[in-house]
Amino acid sequence: MSDEVNALQKETAGTATGKQSTPDDLDLSLYESQIAEKPSYIDPSTLADKDKRQMMSAGIILDDTSQRSGTFIQMDNTPIHSSVKQDGIEVMAISQALEKYDWLKDYFWQAIAADTDKYTAHVDSHSSEGYFIRALPGSKTLYPVQACLYLAKSRLVQDVHNIVIAEEGSELHIITGCTTAGGREPGIHLGVSEFYIKKGAKVTFSMIHSWTPETGVRPRTATIIEEDGLFLSNYIIMKPVHSLQAYPAARCNGENATVRFNSIMVAPPGSRMDLGSRVFLNASGSKAEIVSRAITTGGDIIARGYIEGNCPDSKGHLECRGLIMGDSGTIQAIPELKGTLAGVDLSHEAAVGKIAEEEIEYLMARGLSRDEATATIVRGFLNVDIEGLPPMLHAEMKKAIESSEQDLF
Amino acid sequence: MEKKNLLEIKDLSVRVDGRHILHDINLCIQPGETQVIFGPNGGGKTTLLMTIMGFPRYQMTKGKILFKGKDITSLPLDKRANLGIGLSFQRPPVVRGVKTRDIVAACLKGPEESKTAEQLAAKVNLTEFLDRDINYGFSGGEIKRSELLQLLAQAPELALLDEPESGVDLENIALIGQLINDLLEKIHPIHMRTHSGLIISHTGHILDYVNARTGYVMCNGRIICEGDPHDILTTIKEKGYRECVSCPMK
Repeated sequence: MSDEVNALQKETAGTATGKQSTPDDLDLSLYESQIAEKPSYIDPSTLADKDKRQMMSAGIILDDTSQRSGTFIQMDNTPIHSSVKQDGIEVMAISQALEKYDWLKDYFWQAIAADTDKYTAHVDSHSSEGYFIRALPGSKTLYPVQACLYLAKSRLVQDVHNIVIAEEGSELHIITGCTTAGGREPGIHLGVSEFYIKKGAKVTFSMIHSWTPETGVRPRTATIIEEDGLFLSNYIIMKPVHSLQAYPAARCNGENATVRFNSIMVAPPGSRMDLGSRVFLNASGSKAEIVSRAITTGGDIIARGYIEGNCPDSKGHLECRGLIMGDSGTIQAIPELKGTLAGVDLSHEAAVGKIAEEEIEYLMARGLSRDEATATIVRGFLNVDIEGLPPMLHAEMKKAIESSEQDLF
Repeated sequence: MEKKNLLEIKDLSVRVDGRHILHDINLCIQPGETQVIFGPNGGGKTTLLMTIMGFPRYQMTKGKILFKGKDITSLPLDKRANLGIGLSFQRPPVVRGVKTRDIVAACLKGPEESKTAEQLAAKVNLTEFLDRDINYGFSGGEIKRSELLQLLAQAPELALLDEPESGVDLENIALIGQLINDLLEKIHPIHMRTHSGLIISHTGHILDYVNARTGYVMCNGRIICEGDPHDILTTIKEKGYRECVSCPMK
């Protein structure tokens, strides 16, 4: 873990173990913590209908998994299912992977430090479970691998530690759904994810979060990309959450490494989201694009973005756009660029405001009602062009967005 | 037999942002008829079109507007569009994320219903613009063609065309003229046409491609001249709008 990533993580997460320094601090002592239990195995189609419905709302397919190369499900702190349908792809609980591969411990806490903040420390000290997903050299997923992290028990801290490795020349598409059993039960999700993208490998990671107004969520994600590697991250949260704070970091360490972060967030009243993406361009020819779309219908959003160019011929662009719908709610866009030498090319654009009346009237002049015009503009606002995503996943992302759009009007 | 008026404007006065812009406008358009309004910049031409379309910023202080015999004076914008009025904007806004295809699909109705967005886009030479954000990075000429694409999909009985030729290069102006003729059913004799047009033109170039029956000159928010559009244009070209303002016939 480089010092600069570590320092930033500490600064933004704000809270090393035991310390309390931000208004968004989650007091973990008010919740039940568990040591992870041994993985079990159940057929996902036998899950209770209620649980299935919740998981499906986060993009997880359970009854017919023919359109998935692999599946992993963790309920609270116990992996309950892992399966794989394609040679060259591995999907298993992290504890099983550690038993199987002695070398895996060399990856543990390498992209992110265990003492980054109290949340990573909590994950480290509770023998946390999570998924291990790996594509062997040259292997390419025919269908996406899906992973579901499900928080079922009330007042529980769910600790997760995931590791994803795309070996040289491989291609891995992952869709992750994180959700709860519904209702208004309080709970906390702590998720550490480390991605290692080797030379010439490509990973797309699409994550849908569907929490409740009482859930505290602290994902801690870091990615290391080697030469000619590509990491494409899509993140969607359109349901209420008590407090979400995440600032995933990607380090382009190899020549021509490329990363794109797309985030879509909608904050209803009572929700607080502090979300951003960071990229460190450490090698020549490395490229970054960060695009975020934030809508508040009454909640508070901080939309961050940070690109640091540390090598000549590196290029980064950051785009933060926010829409305030209704009379309350705030959006604070914080785009940051740092160039440490000549030859970096970094730019950003940021805009926060309401829907322009001129745009609504333009569509009304074509015969759309005011409500139809507003919905069309909002749908367009959320329509981030996602390059590099397989058509099927693109369609699933679009469907996930559209199914939540109705809550906006 | 005289046709009923498609559009009838009676004693119209309009205020925009507290300023009185239009004064005592009277104007009638019959089905199938095309009229053209000339005038200097800032004379009130665009204000008249925006008022007919029903934009809330353009407040009527006097008079009324009838469309197909119905008083639409207090009818909102979208209802007027659905009754059959369409506007080609001079400077339309960019709507990020909303694709040209989305708007064309929303406009498609009536006789154009069976035509796909692709067919219409090919007609206006904008096929590759269908999946771009509407008006984002469009050139002047592309904006005009995009506006006409939307109007062709909408197929309004009354097309309000605000400076359709401005910013269009010579290569494309004939296409713009052809598209307007299609929109206004110029292929048919006037008694068979149902679609009408009200065109604003600062330069009058569009008359080289589109025939109009009646021409007006609008200056300082008033219609000061009415007659054969080619005669009016000849006078304007020779003597400028100053002559119109001082004309004893007005």
